This record gives sequence, C-alpha cells and structure tokens, in this order.
Amino acid sequence: MTRLRAIFAALTLSITLVPASLRADQEGVTTFTLENGMDVVVVEDHRAPVVQHMVWYKAGSADEPVGSSGVAHFLEHLLFKATDTLADGELSSTVAANGGRDNAFTSYDYTAYFQRVAADRLELMMRMESDRMRNIRFTEENVATERRVIIEERNQRTENNPRALFGEQMNAAQYLNHRYGVPIIGWMHEMESLDKEDALGFYNTYYYPNNAILVVSGDVDPEEVKRLAETYYGAIPANPDLPERVRSAEPPQNAERRIIFRDPRVAQEYVSRSYLAPERDPGDQEAAAALTLLAEVLGGGQTSYMTEKLQFEEQKAVWSGAFYRGTSLDDTTFDVVIVPVPGLALEEAEEAMDAVLAQFLIDGVDEEQLDRIKYQLRASQIYQRDNVDGIARRYGAAMSVGLSVEDIQVWPDVLQAVTPEDIMEAARNVFDRDASVTGWLTRPISPEEISQ
Amino acid sequence: MTRLFLIIAIAFAAALPARADVEIEEVVSPGGITAWLVREPSIPFMAIELRFRGGASLDAPDTRGAINLMTSLLEEGAADLDARAFARAQESLAVSFGYDVGDDALSVSGTFLSENRDEAVELLRQSIIEPSFASEALERVREQVLTGLRSDAKDPDEIARRTFDAMAFGDHPYATDYSGTIESVTALSRDDMLAAHSAAFARDRLYVGVAGDITPEELGPLLDTLLGELPEIGAPMPEPAPVLIEGGTTVVEFETPQSVAIFGQRGIAQDDPDYFAAAVLNQVLGAGGFESRLMDEVRKKRGLTYGVYSYLAPQDYAATLQGQVASANESIAEAVSVIRDEWARAAAEGITLKELDAAKTYITGAYPLRFDGNGPIARIMVGMQMLGLPIDYIATRNDKVDAVTLEDVSRVAGELLDPENLHFVVVGQPVGLESSVAN
Repeated sequence: MTRLRAIFAALTLSITLVPASLRADQEGVTTFTLENGMDVVVVEDHRAPVVQHMVWYKAGSADEPVGSSGVAHFLEHLLFKATDTLADGELSSTVAANGGRDNAFTSYDYTAYFQRVAADRLELMMRMESDRMRNIRFTEENVATERRVIIEERNQRTENNPRALFGEQMNAAQYLNHRYGVPIIGWMHEMESLDKEDALGFYNTYYYPNNAILVVSGDVDPEEVKRLAETYYGAIPANPDLPERVRSAEPPQNAERRIIFRDPRVAQEYVSRSYLAPERDPGDQEAAAALTLLAEVLGGGQTSYMTEKLQFEEQKAVWSGAFYRGTSLDDTTFDVVIVPVPGLALEEAEEAMDAVLAQFLIDGVDEEQLDRIKYQLRASQIYQRDNVDGIARRYGAAMSVGLSVEDIQVWPDVLQAVTPEDIMEAARNVFDRDASVTGWLTRPISPEEISQ
Repeated sequence: MTRLFLIIAIAFAAALPARADVEIEEVVSPGGITAWLVREPSIPFMAIELRFRGGASLDAPDTRGAINLMTSLLEEGAADLDARAFARAQESLAVSFGYDVGDDALSVSGTFLSENRDEAVELLRQSIIEPSFASEALERVREQVLTGLRSDAKDPDEIARRTFDAMAFGDHPYATDYSGTIESVTALSRDDMLAAHSAAFARDRLYVGVAGDITPEELGPLLDTLLGELPEIGAPMPEPAPVLIEGGTTVVEFETPQSVAIFGQRGIAQDDPDYFAAAVLNQVLGAGGFESRLMDEVRKKRGLTYGVYSYLAPQDYAATLQGQVASANESIAEAVSVIRDEWARAAAEGITLKELDAAKTYITGAYPLRFDGNGPIARIMVGMQMLGLPIDYIATRNDKVDAVTLEDVSRVAGELLDPENLHFVVVGQPVGLESSVAN
C-alpha cells in the first residue's frame, strides 16, 4: 500500500573545536569545523570503494526576498553553469566521465549539491564544488533558457498534478505570514520574472563557507577529508555580513480555515487537515519527539489507530494516515488525511475522521503498539548502518536547520524516552482547530448541482 | 511507472564494474534450492530477494489483474493471522517485507535482524505459502487497487504509457496494464486469487539472492524452511510478444497545461551480441542524465523540458527502445521535432569517439556505485541469475563494455535506430501536433 501512501501523502520535500585526533561515533560519524566556519561531517563506511560528497547551504526558499519566489531553486539550476575554471556543464560531465552521478535539491530551509563517485575521486569533486561556491559565471542566455526549464519543472511537478496544486493551497492557507506558505519551486507569475540579478543577489548573500555544511560519506578517512577540506573549502573567506536567519513569524492563529479545491482531473477525492506544530529545536526536541511518535501511533501504518478505526472497523476509508516532519527551522505542520470509500461524501469522511481523533483523545495510547514502534526505531538504527548516504542526508538536513551534532546524536534516545502521557499531551496541544486548515480535494460542481 | 523502473534495473544489472569488490557464493540447500549469497557480517541483519519469473504476464486473459491483486494480498493475512495480526507480527519483529509484481516477475523482498531471524523467516513463509485471501481483505485491497486505477485514468503519464503499450504489443499481456481494469478487478473472486497464486509461485521459476549476516551453512536450511513447500511447476510461460510499432504520432486529448509524451520503437534483446554497443549508443543518445544528446538539445540549449530520457527496455518477451519527455502544450511540438532530428542524426552518423569514450567510462565506472547495501546487492544477484549470467560475470563485464568500438556503435546505430518507425504518444492539448501515421 506504499502506492496509496505516495499518492495521498501530504507533500513533503526535501564548533570550532578541532580535536587532534578525529574519532568516529558508533554510526561512523566524525565532525569538525574549518577555521572559516564551515562545518564538516564525515560518515565512514569502508565496505565499498564509493564516496558521496555533499555541500548543504543554510539557505532555502523560505530565505528568499519577497517577490522573487523560486529564486533559491533557480540558483540551484544555474550553479551547473560555468565558473572561472569550468565551462558550462563541465562539472556534471566531469562527474559522469568519472563514472559518477551528481544532482542537487532545494527545500524550504536548505539547498544541497552532491556527487556520488568512486572514492579516489573525492579531491576532484571538492575542487569543483568549492570552485562554484564563489566563482559562478552564468550569462543572460543561461538565465533565459534555464528559466524555461524551471517553468517546465513546475508544469511537471505541480501544474499537471491536482494533488500538488491542492497542497500548495493548503500551505498558503496554513501560513499567514511565514514563507513556508510559498511553494519551494515558486509561484508561476514570480518565476516568470526571475532574472540574473535575483539569482546573483541570493548567491552573493548566502553562498559562503560559514553558511555551508560539507558532508562526506563512504570509503573515506576523516583525517584525509579534513586535509582536503582545508585545502579547497578552507581557502574561501567567510562572509562577515551573513544575515541573521530570521524570517517573518506567524501571528497567533485564531481562525480555523477551510478550503475547497476543485479540478476536473481529480480521480479520487479526499480530505486533508494540517495543524500548525512545533519543530525540533536545538536542545529542546521533546515536543517534536512526541509528535513524531503521535504520527506513528495515530496514522503510521497498518496497525495505527486511524487505520484500525477507519479502514478495518468502520470501513469508511480506502486509506488514511498521519504525517509530521519535525526537521524544520520554524513551525511545521502535523497532517491527517482520509481517502473515503466510494459513495461516502467528503463531509461524512471528515466527520468520521474527526470522531476518530476525538475518540483517540479519550482512549489514549496502546502501550503494546508504542513498544512495537520503539523496537522498530531501535532496529532502524541497525538497518541505517547499511545506508551511510542516508545517515549523511540526515546530518545535512538537521544541521541546515540549526540542530547541533549533539541534537542529532541524542535524537534516538529522545524518541525512546517518550511516554504515552507525552504523546497525549502533544495530541491535545496540536489538535487546535483555530490553527488548522481543512481541505477538500474534489471535482468541479456539475451543472445539475448548480441548478439545484 | 513501476514497470519501467524494473526494466531499467534489470538492464543495468547486466552492466558491471571496474572494481566492485563483491564475492558471490552459490548455495544449494539440502532440498535442492539454489541461492546466490554475499556474506556481510558487519551489520547484524540480512536481505533476501526472491523472484518468480512470469509475474503478471501469467494472468489468464479473463482475469487480468488477478496476480497483481493476489500479490497485494500476501501481507494481508496468512496461516492463522488476520491482516492486522500479520501487521503486528511484522512490527514486533521489526522486519520489512515487500511484495511486488511486474510484467516479467513477481518479487518478494525480506529484510530482518539476525536476533530474530527464525521467527522472521517463519512469518515470511506463511505469507508466501499460506496466504489467507480472506474476503474482508480481498474487498478492502480490491478497493485500494481500484482507487489506483481511477487515479491512473486521469494521470497523463499513465494514459500515455497505456496508449503506447496497447498500440505496441497486440494481444499479448504486455499490451494491457498488469493491474487490470476497473471491470476485470471488480469481477475477481477468491478462487481467482488461489489460481493466481498457484500460477505464479513455483520452484521452476524461482531465483534467490541473499546478502548480509548469514553463513552458507545457515542459509541452506533457511531456504528449505522458507521455500521447500512450493510446488514444482506453475503456469506455462507466455509466448513472445509482437512489437507492432510504426512511425507517426498519436495524440490523446487531455485538459492539462503540460503535454506528456512517450516515444518508442523496436529494441534489442539483452542476449544479443550487440547489446553492449546498443547500451553505449543509448547512453550517448538519451540515458546519460545531464550529458545525453537529448538532454543537451531539448533542455540545456532550448529550455523545452525539465527532463528527457531514452532507455532500452529488453523485457523477457519483447524488446523496445523507449523514451519520455514533457513540455508545455505550446512547446511540445518543438520538443518532438528536436527528438526526431536527433534520432535521425544518430542513425545516420553514429556517435563520436569522444562520446564513445565518455559513455564507456561512465558505464564501467558507475557499476560499483550500485552495490550500496544488502538489499541492492541481493536484487542485483537475482537480476543476474534471471539473465542466465555466470556467477563470476562481474569480473568480466567491463571488458565487454570496453571492447565496444566506434564501428560497432555506428553499425548498431544504423541497424537499431529507426526514425521512420519511431512513434510518439502525446497526452495533453499539444499545439501543432495531430495524430498521424508514418508516410
């Protein structure tokens, strides 16, 4: 049923102390910071002669200036153009000619670039990636062509997909003042007017070593990574004028919002609800841990509370689920979804879902279920060791939103310490209809309905 | 799209590395079941991949979608566990089981900890050998499949793929989607599930790959416990499919701002001596991510699309060469025209020496990157077995790629690429494109 989860899921994305001898923790992780402020994470795995090299910038779509939505992602595309020493496209073709793959991604809070290649090519990757941190040289022609590409990307991801359009409207209604209400890829009318100055403005504000994290995973020696990082990234001066990362904050949310999105391309109607929710904060991850487990208990799988009630007992849902994405710089959302069985109106589906949420607040957490979830979380730490690139991405994303290495390393223990009472308190706090958006994805009203 | 990903994965499994340091052992169980094993004792878990050849193409014509629905029901109750009890048992053991089916194979994947391996294997055995197909689960999962089919009917990518397959494969199962239709799935019964189960699961079509924390001595008995009760033979394999693609364009009207196109022509079988030359050709033409000619011409130079790709699709019963592109309704005609030009140019002129060298370096160098975990290694090993490759193939494969010459690729480009019979299916409201047949 992963397929249905994929279809109906809320759309989610994307120390100056240098010890004399670097020592890895149990996940094979070593961290240090270059003198110019660039953080470095190394995740060792010597089973295959492969390395993944990533640079994460603490700059995403939510850091964009008002009026130029999509510029973070647009700049990401333009970073594959020429530099002083690389021709247009040469970075990617060099990676490919070395048998590697490269790509990049943009989210609300970060933009990241990566290559996966044979381990003995790490230095070449660092030389090229560090080059484009400060030396990009794209032309007006590059800008014009690449703007067409991102518009086609928006067409493909969003305009051609009513669920994506609906998700954008949900987010826009959820955030009254914060940039999380603006899509990462940008609003079409603003994308169409993005220009070279917009892209360079973002680049020259944020693309500096003291705003970046280097994450290297695979068959590497931390000492060697440190030597190379000092050579290539350490030589780049920090930006002393890096702006403080403060976004426009949400005012108190005092009004329940409801949206109805109608599109003839909708095949399956459903109801989605998002609630404003706290995120993981440095040194203060307990509330986020409780919400993480609440999402699992309530709607994480076949034995979750919503699935039991809505699919098995009442048989009102083809599918239901709960989602929470705690790794975020500012307030995030907790989402619930119900996809009704044929013949059940969205109004009735919403009522059924609300009745189940209300009953959950009375019934509380099934402790056996919670034990199973915690055991799975412990097991996942074993399974994750088989995928160091996954560990690398986890560090990159978490450090990009300001979490420390310690926050990341204690997170599994914070999750294990969550009690049923913590989960119920988190549920009571988050299920605040005044801070929620309820959305119906449905088809246009037919002529007969209008005439009635 | 599930199907194409599977095909691409299989195609890549034939292409191997400079220095993938993977040692495969063949293990034959006391009961006679063969598995390929890569030992990896450093992390206390293992991954097992089972593949049963035939897959959804073994559907009887009047019960299309039966094998797909049956596969979805395997985790919905087995032996004396109902769906919820089975799910709780999986969670209690922290196992991950996956059940998937495609045109050519049904696959079962298991990942489980060393500390509870025996219990995990018993649970997996129950789902394969003793699935319940209880009526409650059948109705519930049937509705999920129907929901997916209704979504597909309004998804331009799916509409394009189905239109192309229907045109290309005559009355072969490949011509229709393995999920079935609203009508066929609605009509499926529990008896159809039992029939689908005995058609698809048998030892005469089984391939096994295992990677992780287990020794050959432990694996033998495990295989007999897990799979020893399977019947010897299943349903007869399908016949080869005709490939009926002719040139031209098929437009399917669909109200959406961006048109989606699938294009294709006859392809080349994986056991063809020219397959590697064709793989190099395709790498240059459309497979190479940012680097391919299609990406360069359609995206980088003209900004007409976010992505354009071509791929060899050597399925068990038909080989095609296909591609995909999406562009705004106003610009899709230009994208199609550029792709047609590139197809003709490659057919007439082949590729350059520089392109040949870059493609070979990429194909040979990319191989070790795929061995990135127990699950991927287990899957690569079943792929190799299904292609009939020798167990030491990994060590020799890059020599075969490196042996491809410019003359080989130019000759294969002339023989394989067929601009006259390259057909485009375009879904959307394309400006300046109409349905047509080849001249």
